This record gives sequence, structure tokens and C-alpha cells, in this order.
Amino acid sequence: MANALVNVPPRARRGEIIEIKTLISHPMETGYRRSQLGATIPRDIIRLFVCTYNGTEVFRAELHPAIAANPFIVFSIVATESGTLAFQWTGDNGFSASESAAITVD
Amino acid sequence: MSGRIARLVVALALALLAGTAPAGEIPTAERRSGYELMGRETRAMQDDDTANPGMLGVLEGEAAWARKNGAAGRACADCHGDARASMKGVAARYPALDAALKRPVNLEQRINLCRTERQQAPALAYESRELLALTAFVARQSRGVPIDVAADARTQPFLDAGRAAFYRRQGQLNLACNQCHDENWGKRLAGNPIPQAHPTGYPVYRLEWQSLGSLQRRLRGCLTGIRAEPYEYGAPELVDLELFLMWRARGMAMETPAVRP
Repeated sequence: MANALVNVPPRARRGEIIEIKTLISHPMETGYRRSQLGATIPRDIIRLFVCTYNGTEVFRAELHPAIAANPFIVFSIVATESGTLAFQWTGDNGFSASESAAITVD
Repeated sequence: MSGRIARLVVALALALLAGTAPAGEIPTAERRSGYELMGRETRAMQDDDTANPGMLGVLEGEAAWARKNGAAGRACADCHGDARASMKGVAARYPALDAALKRPVNLEQRINLCRTERQQAPALAYESRELLALTAFVARQSRGVPIDVAADARTQPFLDAGRAAFYRRQGQLNLACNQCHDENWGKRLAGNPIPQAHPTGYPVYRLEWQSLGSLQRRLRGCLTGIRAEPYEYGAPELVDLELFLMWRARGMAMETPAVRP
């Protein structure tokens, strides 16, 4: 079950630098831990986060085992035109989640 | 004459006794939420709902609130309606007395009682994701509401039991709760500030746990820390202690879902 929270300012001026915050629910199991019986707990992490702005990729992050549960990714982009910001998280065990937010640029 | 003086002294002593709390109890004006002892970054994380990972649990709880469950095929929302109105201030009054059980139950137990009796669904396990999410969602509706648990003749025995547990030395380290949380709050224990132990923001998102956790999880952690044998989840001893801690924090604002280091 994937829950994601994204925070995109609803309005911005053209050329303004805006901050985007994303938070997603994920255990980010490292694959290095063992259970109480000594068996390795298999790795289960988000591998890739991509943000597209009206279809153009503007931000990408590769995630690794050292990243804590529920990754919180904050980045900035330049607001160029009104449209949609789409967010996509993909990871182990076929994990996939997406979210989108609209922005008006004037 | 001397008789009058003696009576006066006794009266004065009684008045002083009545006016002062047990030795070392924190005066109301000096009470601090754990929030105030946290670093700037952690406080910012709690304050911003899109940065607070506890909100992920609240979101999940909101979905669970509307989901039909059990043999009765009812959702929480079918009886309680919009939680924003019906659940406001509820968490600030828990643990509360259950008429049938004749003892206080905490919010998790109340949710499970609702599940088994009204929804005819199996009870959720303590610390399970769904129970934490539902509890966080219900308690979130009380954010900012002052804590106000009932302290009356019916809850008094349980409150007293909780108080006794708080002041009882236990475990191999032979420590009582108050020795850290009343007498040494604000000082450091292994680099971390010792809080006053006011349960204002449960279930909390604890960075060390990387998940939401209940007050009982915290209490069990403390008990293990002083090398005492922790009570089982849901044990009446833990609920009594929860009741006493909430009473001790009476009037303080709820913060659920709080973030703690």
C-alpha cells in the first residue's frame, strides 16, 4: 500500500524557483538485516524517483539501501509554464507509485 | 495557648501538604512537551504536514475509517460520520473508563472494542500498521485540544495504580520513572535530552523506529531500558500508567502525530 504526499505551490510566477516536497510510505528494507532466526531479510527499497514537468524529466534520484524508511525528497525547479508535475517511484518487488500535482504559472 | 499554636502548626502543615505535589513533581508552569527539547530540524519536520511522516499513517487511517469491515459490513464512518467533527477532542480524553469492563481502556483498545462488538471483525494486533494508522487518524482530530482525562471517584483507583507505578523503583537498574522524568529532565542521557514524559503526541513517528509507534511501545522500551521485564501490550498495568501520564499532562495540547528523535 503506497501513500504519497506531495507539496507543490499551486501558483508561481514565470521563472520563479519553486520548492517541491515529496514524502512516500515505504519500509526501505536494506537487505543487510537478519531475522531473529538468522535468515537474511530480503532487500525491499525504492530504486528510482523521477519527476516530470509536462512530460519532460526535470528531476531524477537513484535511491540506495542507506536511505531511511519513508523517503522524503525535496528539490527545486524553475516554474516555466502551467501544467502538471508527475512523480513516479519505482522499486524492488515491482513497487510502483505515482502522484501528480497541477501548477498555474503566470 | 500552646494548644492553639500546636493546632495552628498542624493546620499549616496540612495546608502545605495539600498544596504541594509529591516530592519532585514538575510544577504546572514548568511543564514542557518533548517538542521543545527537540532540534530545529525535527521540530520543522513535525510542523509541516507534508514533511511529517506520521501523516502517512493518518492518511492510511483515513482510508481505513471509511472501509467496511467485519461480518456487520460497517465502516467506522457509518456510525461516527465525519471524524473531523465526531472525533475532535476524543483522544485527549483517553484512556477513559469503559462501562462494561469497569476499567479504563486506551484509544487502541477502544478501537478494537468497536471492531469486535460493532463491526464483528477480528481485533487488530497491537502495533499493527492498521491499528496505528486508525489511532493516528482519530488522535489527529484532537490536535491542539488540551488533554483532559477524567479524574473522578471511578477512575481514581486506576490513576493511583498508575501513579504508584510511576514512582516505583523497578528493574535491575532499580530506577523509577520519576527519577529521570521528574528529577532530571532536560539533562542528557547518552547524548539525548531526557524529556518530561508527557504523552502529548501519540502515536508518534519516532525517527529511531522509522515508523509510528504507540505509547505502550514507548513504555515497554523504557522498561527494557531500566532492565525491568516489560508488561505485555494491552496489560492493565500499562493502561493505568498511560492514564496517570495523561493526567500528569492535563491541559497540555495534543500534537498527534508528533515526530520524536
